[in-house]
Parts: sequence; structure tokens; C-alpha cells
Amino acid sequence: MSTQVDTIESFATREYKWGFITDIGADSVAPGLNEDIIRLISAKKQEPEFMLEWRLRAYRHWLTMTEPAWANVHFPPIDYQSIIYYSAPKSKNDGPKSLDEVDPELLKTYEKLGIPLHERELLAGVAVDAVFDSVSVATTFKEKLAELGIIFCSFSEAVREHPELVKKYLGSVVPYSDNFFASLNSAVFSDGSFCYIPKGVRCPMELSTYFRINAKDTGQFERTLIIADEGSYVSYLEGCTAPKRDSNQLHAAVVELIAHDNAQIKYSTVQNWYPGDKEGKGGIYNFVTKRGKCLGVNSKISWTQVETGSAITWKYPSCILMGDNSVGEFYSVALTNNYQQADTGTKMIHIGKNTRSTIVSKGISAGHGQNTYRGMVKIGKGATGARNYSQCDSLLLGDKCGAHTFPYLEVKNTSSQVEHEASTSKIGEDQIFYCRQRGISNEDAVSMIVHGFCKEVFRELPMEFAVEAQKLLGVSLEGSVG
Amino acid sequence: MLEIRNLHARVSEKEILQGIDLTVNTGEVHAIMGPNGSGKSTLAQVLAGRDLYQVTEGEILYEGKNLIEMSPEDRAREGVFMAFQYPVEIPGVSNLYFLKAALNTIRKNRGLPELDAMDFLSLVKDRMKLMEMDPSLMNRPVNAGFSGGEKKRNEIFQMAVLEPRLAILDETDSGLDIDALKIVAKGVNALRSPERAIILVTHYQRLLNYITPDYVHVLSDGRIVKSGDKELALELEEKGYTGLELEAAI
Repeated sequence: MSTQVDTIESFATREYKWGFITDIGADSVAPGLNEDIIRLISAKKQEPEFMLEWRLRAYRHWLTMTEPAWANVHFPPIDYQSIIYYSAPKSKNDGPKSLDEVDPELLKTYEKLGIPLHERELLAGVAVDAVFDSVSVATTFKEKLAELGIIFCSFSEAVREHPELVKKYLGSVVPYSDNFFASLNSAVFSDGSFCYIPKGVRCPMELSTYFRINAKDTGQFERTLIIADEGSYVSYLEGCTAPKRDSNQLHAAVVELIAHDNAQIKYSTVQNWYPGDKEGKGGIYNFVTKRGKCLGVNSKISWTQVETGSAITWKYPSCILMGDNSVGEFYSVALTNNYQQADTGTKMIHIGKNTRSTIVSKGISAGHGQNTYRGMVKIGKGATGARNYSQCDSLLLGDKCGAHTFPYLEVKNTSSQVEHEASTSKIGEDQIFYCRQRGISNEDAVSMIVHGFCKEVFRELPMEFAVEAQKLLGVSLEGSVG
Repeated sequence: MLEIRNLHARVSEKEILQGIDLTVNTGEVHAIMGPNGSGKSTLAQVLAGRDLYQVTEGEILYEGKNLIEMSPEDRAREGVFMAFQYPVEIPGVSNLYFLKAALNTIRKNRGLPELDAMDFLSLVKDRMKLMEMDPSLMNRPVNAGFSGGEKKRNEIFQMAVLEPRLAILDETDSGLDIDALKIVAKGVNALRSPERAIILVTHYQRLLNYITPDYVHVLSDGRIVKSGDKELALELEEKGYTGLELEAAI
């Protein structure tokens, strides 16, 4: 007779199929961090003076800070002097001017990952900015978007070509002094994506950034800045993978979103950084600050995330609801398997009148995984008529994993409504057996139950991403239940 | 169709089945009766392949194949169906979706094409009528919020959709009021066929007033102590299990 308990365990033994390494010449700086390194990064990127000044201010501030210890995650101290802060794939010129100049090895890598870089292959209508280690290597569909006045380019290019926009908005949502990892990012960020949607424009395609860490011992510090001007709309997707390495690699990104009057930003993430092996060795430390500001009236920012990768995830995509009637949403599926740890959630800061927020968090824990939801809902004095609804559900697979929920509620007026619901359930051996007795295999039974659990969040993802996310979840859970 | 020889099975260290011999042919309905703890449900679970129970001795042949070697899902795909005594709830998965997935894996195994949504729906509607079920149950998660009677009816409804070759009904009558019992019996009778065998595991004779078995077996301490036709069930009702056991001992 086959043993169901074994299958719960063997679910954890699947392979990480994105773990290959691309053999490509890299232009890296020496490990370690000091003002010279920051000057070097800034010089390599031919940045204007204000940018360097900002970086140095961030660095000096960072030196006064200590790593936060409040999250429910555990890891040995990080040696910030052993990290390489800049690594770029070598190319003929200083930067690729078009796709033809991009290293064929690199294109092959993206092909393996299923990222359609070549525009002719782009039937799906997704414009991609691909970030490999520290630099942005290609941005597709740029011209077509430019016709509408949309700027979609690498961060470095934005700093050079649109310094006035960068100067105005950079750090306006996540200041360089915000937190330890955000300050570090502000000092050393190497690239990322920049996007500006002009007044009244509805971006006709999904914009997408694909991040990949390739070089060993490097940290990836990218920054994304999206500005949706009055009455505009954009849907933005972000995906990530990394090779398998025994040592931990740091990823400390910052994402800032700004929505003006009547503008909408939908930001979706499928995060699949290397999670480490089944003994918990290696993997990415994903320490990310994501925040959006609903600056204008009736604006809306919606975060959807599917977090299946990384050894440790520390991430709270948040919304500052300043404009009256503005709306913030957070939909999340976080999965931890083997020895993965996740401490993730959101902050909804209600400032404007009649602001509304919705939080739906689904945590899945398998193997020895530890999953924490941490969410804050803060309703200010002036945020009269504000409403929040939060729902946090946890699903446990097996009996060695854990789920934790830490909601923080702070309400400073009497006309607001806050609702919080939470549940914890477990996939039981009897449920699996019931499915199997009806002819449904173990894996299919688990994925059926897990998908049922995540349905509400997947519904929020753009179609192709939803399919991708479902597949990913299936792979990430393979062998973990029975 | 089913041939059980000298079957011994245990759960953890406790031996529950101590040498079962039973032959079931297609078209037959067998009732397995016995007091609590006699091993009735264990037998049903062993046939379905629950790995909580370990087979220590003996063999089970199902259509000439060694059933013990087969995984629960393979047994199901080959036509073995068990109606659960305590059907579990599966939150988030709709009944309809669940049943469609089950039917299509079984059809695939039989070399039949998958049923599309329209054909599946009309099949479901037809079988729901048979079981007098509320159609709104189909969009609810599997067994979630079902009453005890609705769960049992849902089991027989699933059986009617999946059309198994061998159906094992584990105390399907327990906890049913008389009206629900009649509906369940009607469903089971409608599924009697020369191509199908049914094993009814039951504690009470009551169910057999509505479903007439071809054979009745009495289980005690993990062995079949007496076999007969439907008259045996009536005799059992009269004398009780203890009376019968005494007789068997003499």
C-alpha cells in the first residue's frame, strides 16, 4: 500500500527548476561597502550630482541604524562587508542600446525562464523590463508606449533622461531614512524600473519587470518607481528567480508607487527567488520595502502578491491613503515549505476622509515552514468614515510547520469601521484519502485544496500571471502533503 | 469479481481482521453485519486502501488483480467505490468541481474522453433528481455545512455519477431518519445491475428492509461466523448478536 504520510514529506523534495547559473562575464566591484563604492556605482551609472548626494545621505544615515529584530524570522547575522554591491553582465559598450547588443547568453537565460524579450515574440501584450543582477538589460515595447507619453525604462535611464521626475518623486513615499534595508537600498541601488503614466492615459498593456540574481555573493538592490498621473491607469507585474547557491544572498528592494487624483495602480508580484534546499541551506533573503501613496482623491492602489520563494521574506506592501475616498487593497498568498520563513503583510494608513482598504491574506505552511502575517490598520483622526476589512487565513500542511498572525489596529475617530476575520485550517490525511478514494491523486488533491484556499487572491491577478502562479504553487508544494 | 482469502489486518498493534474469506460476484449484493468492534468498517477501509490499516496476511483479488498492491486512487479508477461512514468536508473546493475531477480521472482510466461542462451538468442533474438533492448543494464546498443526512445522500449521489463496478457502503444508513433512509435505498436499488456488485456494511437490519441482499454475513471478532441469505438478517434481529455468537460457538 502506498503511504500517505510519505507523500506529505516527499512533496518537499522537489527541485527548484530555475536554479541554473548563466556563465557570463561580469563587471563587478570588490565586496564591501564604503563611500568610495557608492561613488563608484554612481559614476558607473553616470548619475547627476543630486543622485550621488542622496545616496551618500542614505549611506550616512544607514550607518547609524541597526538591523530590525522585531520580525518573526531567524537568521545568522549578515556580514554587509562581504557582499558585492554592483555586478553587471559585460557587454561590448557601456550598456546595451538595443536588443541586438544584448549578450546572447543572457537572452538564452531569459528564454529559459520564459520571459519573452523579443518583441516579435510578444503576443501577450506584456512589456518587459528585465533586470539581471544589477543592471537593466532590455526594455521591450518602449517606442510603442512612448507614443502615448508613457515612460517605461530602467531606473538608470530615468535618472539620466528624466531627472526632474526622479528628483521630485524619489524617496517621496519611502524616504531614505525609512528603515534599515530601505536605507541600504537607497545608498547602493543599482537599477530597477521606472514608469510614468501621463494624465488621462490608460496603459494599454501590462508592464512587467523581471528580476534575476545570477552572480555569486552579490546583493540585488533594485528600485522601482511608478507614477500614475491624474486619471491614469496602469497594471504592473513583477517576477523574480535566482540560481541555486549554498550561501544566502541578499535582496533588498524598494518600490514606490504614487497615484494622483482618480488614478489607479495595480501592482502584482510573483516572487520565486531560490528558497534554499530542503535542509534550509542557501536561498535568498528577501527584505523588501514596498509602499504606495494614494496622493489624490479617488485614487486606488492595489497590491497582489504570490510569495513562494526566498529563504526569508520580510515584506509589507503598504498604502498611505491620503486623498479623500482613496482605496487601498492588499491580496496575498504566501507559501513556506521546508525551512522557509515569511513575515509578511501590509500597512493601511488612512488619512483622507472616506478612505477604504481591504486586506486578504492567505498563508500556507508546509514542511518546517514558518508563516507570519503582520498587518497594521491605522485610521487617523481626520479619516472620518474610513473603512477596513481584513481577512487572514492560514492553511497548515503536516504538523511541523507554523502559522502566526499579528494584526495591529489603531483607530482614532468614532465614525470608522474596522473588521478583522481570521481562520486556521489544516489539510488532513482524511481529506486526502477522501479525494484519493474518488480517483484523484495525492498531488492533485493537495493542489485542489490549496487552490481552493487561494482562489480569492488568484482572482486578482492578471490572467496569464494567475495561471503561472497556480503552476508555481503546485511545484512549490510538490511532495509536501499526503 | 472480488475474492478475499484469509485476510488479516491490524491497526497499530491491534489485530482486527483475523482471517476473512469472502467471494463476491458481479450482480450480487452482500450485507456485512456485526456488532461494534467486529471489524466491519475495518474491512471496508482495507478494501478502499486506507493505509492506517496494515494487511499482515492473506490476499484480495479484484478482477484477478492484487488489490493490496494498488494505491487508493488506482482502486478508485478501476471501479472500487466506498461510501464513507463520515464524509469529510473540503473547504474551498466546490462539490461540482470535485466530482468532475473525479469522474474525468476515472473516465480517462477507462479510455473514455473527458466529459465537457455541458454533458457533465446534464449527468449531474439527472442523478440529483434520483437522490432528491437540492441543486444548490453542488456549488457549495464538498460536504461543507451539509447535514448528516445530506452527506450520506451525497455519497450515494457520487456513486450514481461515478458508476463503480464494486461499491462498498460503510454504514450509510447510520444517522438517517426514515425518509432519508428510503431515498438512499432507492438510489442504491437503482444502481443494482448485473455488472455491479455492492457490499453493504451495516449494524442494523433496518436498511435491509429496503435493499434486499443476496447474501448476509455476520462478522464477529474479525471473522465471518455465519453466512446465509436475507433470512439470516431477520434471525439476527430476533436473537441479537450474542445469541448468534453462542450458536456459532456450539
